[in-house]
Amino acid sequence: MTVETLRRVDARGLACPMPIIRTARAIAEMESGELLEVLATDPGSTKDFVAWSRTTGHELVEQTVEAGVHRFLLRRK
Amino acid sequence: MSEPLAISLFSGTDDRLGAAAVLVAGAAALGRPVHLFLQYWALDAFRADRIEADHGLAPEAGPEGANAVRRLRRTGGASWSETLRQAKDIGDVQIQACSLSMDLLGIGMSDLDPLVDDVEGVATFWSAAEHGQVLFI
Repeated sequence: MTVETLRRVDARGLACPMPIIRTARAIAEMESGELLEVLATDPGSTKDFVAWSRTTGHELVEQTVEAGVHRFLLRRK
Repeated sequence: MSEPLAISLFSGTDDRLGAAAVLVAGAAALGRPVHLFLQYWALDAFRADRIEADHGLAPEAGPEGANAVRRLRRTGGASWSETLRQAKDIGDVQIQACSLSMDLLGIGMSDLDPLVDDVEGVATFWSAAEHGQVLFI
């Protein structure tokens, strides 16, 4: 599957709650169906993005971690 | 989750204000309306001329805790006022000054940082809190 990421939030090095704040701000400026890639190093982000997705309804398409960097792929509802 | 959250913010130390700001920002990111009521020493910390000042820490912090808080600020942690500013940008966050506390401190709206939306009495706070959860910090 080819996935074209339209926007990216680099929240590496930022403490909670900044990754989720930046994500909420970016999603608000996007169109329905568009994809957002978020990079974060905050250890709480693993559970936070699952919770945020569940509550807001924006889909968490993919979640990976590599060398301490969490990558989340989200689709605006 | 759109149940409103009403917070009476009483404490004026940077650690408690910081914890409150994180809770507010998280709720705002999840789409929950937040009503923040500033009382006593919290209100004092929102004075325009000292919002960026050092407001100290709760007694339990001790010297080690103070170092840890400084370290967090250096390594990616935003100040509580900046966190609240961003929370207001992304969500429905009302920041109201308690009118009794305004009298107590002898200040007016012009003495407060623009983060503060308005002044209200306790009845307005409880009316806003009616159908949601309430926190006292």
